[in-house]
Amino acid sequence: MMSTYYAGLLADVGILLLGALSVYIILATGQLSLGNAGFMGIGAYLTSYLTVTKELPLTVALVIAAAASGAVGVMVGFPALRLKGIYLAMATLGFGEMVRSFFLNFDLMGGAGGFRGMHHVSLGYIWTWAAAISLSVAVLEHSQIWLELRAVRDDETAAALAGLDTTTIKVGSFGFAAAVAAIAGGLFAHHHVYIEPGNFGFERSIDFVLAVILGGSTIGAGALVGSLLLVMLPEYLRFLAEWRFTVFGALLIAMLLVRRQGILDRSLFSVSRLGRSA
Amino acid sequence: MFGGIHALSNISLDVLPRQIVGIIGPNGAGKTTTFNVITGAYRPSMGEVRLDGKAVTTQPPHLIARAGISRTFQNIRLFGDMTVREHLLVAQAHRGFSPRRLLPTRWADPEAFRRTEEILEFLKLGDVKGRIARSLPYGVQRRVEIARAISARPRLLLLDEPVAGMSHNEADDIRGLILKLRAGGLSILLIEHDMSFVMNLCDYLYVLDFGVMIAQGRPEEIRTNPTVLDAYLGHGT
Amino acid sequence: MLLQQLVNGLTLGAVYTLIALSFSLVMGILGVLNLAIAELFMLGGYFGFAAILAKLPLPVALLAGMAGAALVAAVIERVGYQPLRNAPVVTPMLSTLGFSIILQNVATNVWGSDPLQLPDELLAARFTLGPVSASAMQLTVIGATVILVALLAFIVQRTSMGRALRAVAENRDVARLLGVSAGPLTLLAFMLSGALAGAAGVLIGLHYAAITPYIGVEIGLKAIAVMVVGGTKRIWGALIAGPIIGLAEVMTTAYGGSQIRDFVVYGLMIMILLLRPQGLLGDRHTEQGPRV
Repeated sequence: MMSTYYAGLLADVGILLLGALSVYIILATGQLSLGNAGFMGIGAYLTSYLTVTKELPLTVALVIAAAASGAVGVMVGFPALRLKGIYLAMATLGFGEMVRSFFLNFDLMGGAGGFRGMHHVSLGYIWTWAAAISLSVAVLEHSQIWLELRAVRDDETAAALAGLDTTTIKVGSFGFAAAVAAIAGGLFAHHHVYIEPGNFGFERSIDFVLAVILGGSTIGAGALVGSLLLVMLPEYLRFLAEWRFTVFGALLIAMLLVRRQGILDRSLFSVSRLGRSA
Repeated sequence: MFGGIHALSNISLDVLPRQIVGIIGPNGAGKTTTFNVITGAYRPSMGEVRLDGKAVTTQPPHLIARAGISRTFQNIRLFGDMTVREHLLVAQAHRGFSPRRLLPTRWADPEAFRRTEEILEFLKLGDVKGRIARSLPYGVQRRVEIARAISARPRLLLLDEPVAGMSHNEADDIRGLILKLRAGGLSILLIEHDMSFVMNLCDYLYVLDFGVMIAQGRPEEIRTNPTVLDAYLGHGT
Repeated sequence: MLLQQLVNGLTLGAVYTLIALSFSLVMGILGVLNLAIAELFMLGGYFGFAAILAKLPLPVALLAGMAGAALVAAVIERVGYQPLRNAPVVTPMLSTLGFSIILQNVATNVWGSDPLQLPDELLAARFTLGPVSASAMQLTVIGATVILVALLAFIVQRTSMGRALRAVAENRDVARLLGVSAGPLTLLAFMLSGALAGAAGVLIGLHYAAITPYIGVEIGLKAIAVMVVGGTKRIWGALIAGPIIGLAEVMTTAYGGSQIRDFVVYGLMIMILLLRPQGLLGDRHTEQGPRV
């Protein structure tokens, strides 16, 4: 039987994994989003509202919240088409802060005081979602549509001129990612049973990005490695406890200097595919 | 028009089925701009682009591509992190919102998969089909670009300086390839600076200078056209 | 009441202007968003505070903040930017993100996460002019900003260093061909921007009479919005955008509640990014480059 403390850590890994995947999905099309915590926040608040106030079962609430967040993601994805690189990053940063600020002001769900009343959900439940979504992404990475995503990332113009509907791909990736982040939020809310706007700010968005960049930005499994690293490393290096963010910052810089794609790399897996096609 | 400057004025050109047409002219004449208008990357302030009689001018680039116009680029634009085979797969298999796209291409579109193997054969790219595009030598990259363009099953193929930087032998190979493609039913519109290449291959030529068409005709006619010679000599290089 | 808000808005706006200038220097010249600037701002404040608590005079404290931040900025340039200068600009941006994570963690560990307070007697005087009253602190902030901006203007417009900086901003490749060596210049750009951010940190600390390790994220990031609104490529856009955003924020707090102010500020930024990406002062060159 696992200790509560250790179970808590694994829960955090699962939740961070979903958040990291949401960044990964968007990054796969060549867009960097620094505001995915905003989608997580929407998921957390909406899920909590549905389970606490409307007394819906958690699974139903999560699905509804994911769909709603996905719609917001699509709405963000359209104007995002007009921006590239750093400008897009800045806009997504702004979006994330706007969501946080919105919930600070949203007294119906506690505003700055936060919201509570959610029931606690088991580690198994959290990981059922985390595993299901991770596996879906892993399978999707071999699909035709993922080939198109990669083409859009590598050269959007050439992709369009080769017949790819880059708009649907880029906007769709925002929608999908927003849904995944929302589930992370809903699970977070029912694991910590208290949420406040500060949980879903810039630092959270950066955690997601950190996990992906460190763990591996060219393959979904990198999100898992990154999440494990960010949550577990401080446990094994206890003396670091207060300095863990310094370590992570340094790791990020080192990774960008030495191995930009992160720990895991798509090519590490292609050998094992034994000549099977894309 | 770009911010007040007429990049192209009164250009009119036709490409007939199974015709190889060339666009030539000094640097900056607007040749690549013409390609960009045809493929939908630029929208003309006036005028039309028609494919088989149907106007495609206002359509987004990806629909124009699907309608049957493919192109290669002056500076090769491959998908850096994808393999040669993946280039061909991604260029052909795209059907709306079908759930089949969630599968690997091998299962979702076996026809496309088979065609990819054929094209790889045809362009002698079999050896490198699993290699990442970025790692290939220049000449091979050019062939991959052409392979990608034809795998989308176009009616009209636009080639932007297909033999730039190539040796005589390599250019000859490309010439042979273009002729084979024409025999297979394709129409080809190409931009080139290599005069002997163009004169030996094209059925018809259009000459551009400063965004205006200054001459058109068969290679023999163009070769001796004083306006054309003037344009080239006048530009120095 | 409204005029009073004006003074408050201008004070905040002055600080925003300095930080936005800092962002803009690096963004305009190198195309990189140096996210560490938000924490350089915070660090400058702490350095300045350390000087004040050591009973050093205010101008010295200001210089301490500027110098300290400039030094850290130099380290960031050498370690985080130089090796990555040829990568797509998002990569060095992520590197500066790494530095900002480190800096905030270090500050929290060294000084604690509770606010560090200034002694009360410092510049407590108030000046009243009709219906408006401004504290000596606010006047100091605005005054110091004006001086620093003037200094920056002098450096950029009148010195050969400044000319070189502007040349690189116009076109990096051409500048290199013309013999303007990019290396020492980028170091200069980083250090200048660090100094500006550091100064802003000291000034905001004086204004609030306290400092925390979190002001980087709370205030520094919003200066990105100021930079965008003013025009990322036009560093002087920050001069009008700073007061505009400062006022907008103060007005929103006064009439809408402090919780919604970030929503308004970032909302303005996103609107500008979408509707007028060159900013209020920029010209019509698209920021994104040609489509094909």
